[in-house]
This record gives sequence, C-alpha cells and structure tokens, in this order.
Amino acid sequence: MRDGVLRDAGIATLVLAGFLAVTLGGFGSAGLLDFAIRFATFGLLALSLNLLIGTTGLVSFGHAAYFAMGAYAFGLLMQRAGLSIPLAILLALGCTALLALVVGALCVRLSEIYFAFLTLAFQMLLHSVILSWISLTGGDQGLMGGIPKPPFLGIDLSRPLHLAGFGMACLLVSTVALRQVVRSPFGAALRMLRDNPDRAAFVGLSVYRYRLAAFVIAGTFAGLGGVLMSLYVSGAFPTFAFWTTSGEAIFMIMLGGVTVFLGPLVGVAIFLILNDRITAVTEHHGLFLGIILLVIVLGLRKGLLDFVVDHWRARRGASP
Amino acid sequence: MELAELGECLSSVSCIVTQSAAGLTIGMLLFLVASGLTLIFGVLGLVNFAHGSLYMIGAYLALTVHGATQSFALAVVAGTLGTALFGLFFERFLLSRIYGRDVLMQLLVCYAVILILDDLVKIIWGADFRSMGVPEEFRRPPFIIGGGIVPYFYAILFAITAAIAVLLAWGMGRTRFGRIVRAAAINPGMVGALGINTTVIYAAVFAIGAGLAGAAGALSAPIRSVVAGAGVSILIESFIVTVIGGMGSIGGALAAALILGFTRSFGSIGFPLFVEGAMFAMMALVLLLRPSGLGGKRPS
Repeated sequence: MRDGVLRDAGIATLVLAGFLAVTLGGFGSAGLLDFAIRFATFGLLALSLNLLIGTTGLVSFGHAAYFAMGAYAFGLLMQRAGLSIPLAILLALGCTALLALVVGALCVRLSEIYFAFLTLAFQMLLHSVILSWISLTGGDQGLMGGIPKPPFLGIDLSRPLHLAGFGMACLLVSTVALRQVVRSPFGAALRMLRDNPDRAAFVGLSVYRYRLAAFVIAGTFAGLGGVLMSLYVSGAFPTFAFWTTSGEAIFMIMLGGVTVFLGPLVGVAIFLILNDRITAVTEHHGLFLGIILLVIVLGLRKGLLDFVVDHWRARRGASP
Repeated sequence: MELAELGECLSSVSCIVTQSAAGLTIGMLLFLVASGLTLIFGVLGLVNFAHGSLYMIGAYLALTVHGATQSFALAVVAGTLGTALFGLFFERFLLSRIYGRDVLMQLLVCYAVILILDDLVKIIWGADFRSMGVPEEFRRPPFIIGGGIVPYFYAILFAITAAIAVLLAWGMGRTRFGRIVRAAAINPGMVGALGINTTVIYAAVFAIGAGLAGAAGALSAPIRSVVAGAGVSILIESFIVTVIGGMGSIGGALAAALILGFTRSFGSIGFPLFVEGAMFAMMALVLLLRPSGLGGKRPS
C-alpha cells in the first residue's frame, strides 16, 4: 500500500508542477485560472460525494449542505474572528465534520429512499436556517462585505494565480487522501456494504459505524470544496445549500462515472465546459443539460467513463 | 420570532377561525399533490422527484385556458386532464425504462425532466411571476364565523379538494380498479399471473397521480403566484407530507398535509421565517421516532 501512496503522491505532484509551470510560464490566462479554481471547488464536491454514492452505495441528495457549511463557517471565521487562513480552514472543516456527524448519525440507519429524502431534508433545513438567521448569515443576500485574505507563507489568495494554485493543491492532496481511503481495508469494507450490507453485518462489521465514518469523511472534503468556493466568490450564498447544488454534483458524477475513481473529476470538467459553452449560446441551459443527462442515463445507463472503461475491457477480452 | 403575536392570535376566536380556514385550504391542496406522490410510490415503487413540475404544468395550463375561456371550471379540468396526459407520456417513454433500477437512476431521470420542464415553461410562458387572480364568479363577500374571515373562494377550494379526496378514497377502497391497484402495490407478480395487465395499471396509476398534481396546480393558480421553478418548493413540501404520513399511505398523507397546512398558516404569524424549518424539523422528528410515518407500514 505504501508504494500506492508514493505513486499517487508522485503523480499528483507532477500534475501540480505541470499546472504551475503552465500558469507561471505566462500561459495562465484569466479564463484558465478561473476554470482551475472552479474545477478544484466542484472537484472536491463531486469526488467526496462519490465516496458515498460510488463506493458506499449511499445516494445522498443533500451533499451540498456540507459544501455550504464549509463556505459559511470559513467566511464567518475570517470576517468575525480575524484568524489566519490555515487555522480558519481547519476550524471550518471541524464544523463541517461535526454537522456531518450529527446528520449522518440520524440518516445512515435508513433505507436508501429514506436516506435520499432525509439528507435532502437536512440540507433544506440548513438552507432555511441560513435564510432566516439574517443577523449571522445575511439571509438571502448572502455573506456580504468580502472575505479578508491575509497572506500566509508567501501565499496571497487575493491574487487569482495564487488562489488557483492553492485550489489545485487542495484538490490534489484530497484526491490522494481519498484514493487511500478507497484502497484501504476500510474502503474495501465500504464496497462490501454497498454490495451486500447483510453479509457485511453477518461477518461482524458494524454497518452503522462504517457508513457514518464514510459520511463524515465525505462531508468534510465537501466542506473543503465550500471553503475554496467562498474564497473564489469572496462570500457565501444561500444557493450553496439549495438542492440544485446537490443535483449538479450528482449530475457531474454521472457525466464522469461512478466506478472509476477519477470519474467524478472527468465529470466536473465536462460539466463546467458544457455549462460555459451552453450558457454562452443560450439562456435555456437547463433544457440542454437535461436532454444530455437523459441521453446518458437512458442511453448509456452509466457514466461516460464507466461506459468507456467497460467498452475497453470488453475489447481487450478481459473479465467485465 | 414573533411568538407573542402567535399567543395573541391563539387567544382570539376570530384569528383562530381565519388561520384555520387558510390552513385547511392550503393543507387540502397539498394533500392532492402528496397523495399523487404517495400513490405512485406505493404502487410503482418509484419516487417521482419531478412531481412538483407536474403541479407547475397544471397551473400553467389552467392559466392559459382561463385566459382563453374565462371559465375557472374549464381551466381546472384542462389542468387536470392535460397533466394526466403528460404524466402518461412521461411514464411510458421515460420512467418505464428504469423500473427496478436503483434510486440514483430515478433521481437522475427526474432531475433531467425538471431541468427540461422548467426551461420549456420559461420558453412558452415567460419567466415572470404570473397570477390568475380570483376568478370573477368567486368574488363574493367572505363568510364571517365567530368574527373570523373565511374567504368565499377558500371555502369553494376546500369543498372541491374535499370532494376529490372522498372520490379518491372511494375509488381506491371500493372499486374493482382500486382493489387491483392495492393488490399490485403488494404483489405485482401475482396480479400479473391472474391475467391483469400490470403495465396498464402502472400507467393508469401514474396518470392519476399526475392528474392530482395537475388539479392542485390548477386550483391554486388563483391564490399562489405561478412561476417556472415553483415546482420544487411544492415537491419538497409534498415529500415532507409523504414522509410524515408514511410512504404509500393516503390516509397518513391527509393527516400530514393538514398538519403542514396549519403549521404554515399559524407559523406565518408566529415564526414567519422559520416555517419551512419547522416543517423539516417535524419530518426529521417523525423519521427518528417512527421511521415508517404516521400511517405507513414498516419499511422493509
């Protein structure tokens, strides 16, 4: 397993170095930096959600709650407490993990349709709290006034170049970490829960504890996505906690694929490009995104990358 | 929070009457939407995440027909039948392909349909808030009961929705079709083996559920503003009703819808900004204490 870590870490470092070389080498147009930040943000959201959907088999429809929690907690800590950025990030992730622990403790016991419902319900409850607690959150105006970004360790996040590099670094570190989670014995147990929870319980695994642990881990990484989002827009808005954000996250996963580890990231890239292209052409992007989604779900019946990988395996004549 | 005002309201008969009338009407409209959702879940085992969009279609159809004919009755009939017909196509061409597949697939197909319908509605009817306004023939003086005001149109709405609820209960409980539907909910294989075409039953149940949502949309067009995307808030409220009442239980849905109706009407006085939060809190409480809901069977 240790070789796995080194290899993954090596690949991640190379990717980051490549990204930095491109951006620092003068090719870093504003559009590219912008895309990189959004990619890192939604990449964290989708990748963490796939730990629940793809690995553990828990279809959460309320994952954006932790995204929003990360964004609001970080924004408020920076505005009110004046902490340094790394400390505020850690505290914000702590808050998010706590929220995921409480919600997860209530939800993971339920069967799948109820699980989807209840996670959605808690997300909308958070949305409703954000809207009504105006003195703290700014209500439907969102967290206004900008988020202070004091430089730390020579990194100045108010510069897009630094923010993009920081975002990509967060994403890559998280990707390596999540990859370790999935490949560890713990990850194998999660896959067993997905495929046959009765059998897992039979051999002595605590279904509840494993699911709860997966839920908290996924929520925490989504919270990091939220932190990046609040840095990117320099604020936090109630739409982060709205159900459409969760819907988009599931959409991204589906565009990529649930069985391949990096599938969600491919999905995020496709989604962002599609969204930009379609928004540039027409205001009715829901119509087009909806049709594309229908074609993928009803036509391929799996994510794009799932489809490609299965096709490739079939052609090589390997086991399906 | 204006809890003092809520206490003040609860100590005066007139305020209780006024708010109860609103609560009953809102609750019954919600019941129509939620009963369709719970019926579809009970029989087809499918969570129709696009149910709110069906409500929206009903409202817009009613708006158009009312604009053309000035008849509210025709508008409601058109909203109901048109939505039922749409539901039939939706079930036949899209949903029937994913029966027996996991929740993720249901979620995604419905999500895609919500996106498409929201935009289609914007293209056809525009993105602005629309309202039908209370139809001419119902603009009459309100009833005064114990000093409280009960708008004439609310009374009419309550009568219509109550009639639909009775019809639904009779249809499900007393007719041959109702018995077949209930049997299909429990054991579709056996129903099929007895020579009954379950595909037709499924399509019919979905059309009825869609029709109920369409009827609710059409009926509430005069009192709630109609806008693209309105389906989602309705969807979430009817989810809450379904969960509190128990998935698949129509009686439970009625009780839960009325509870939510009252929460909305009295909550708008006592805690206007936290009405939705209170609804979610109630749902979470029910799921924790009695996960099967008020009237549901234990989930297997």
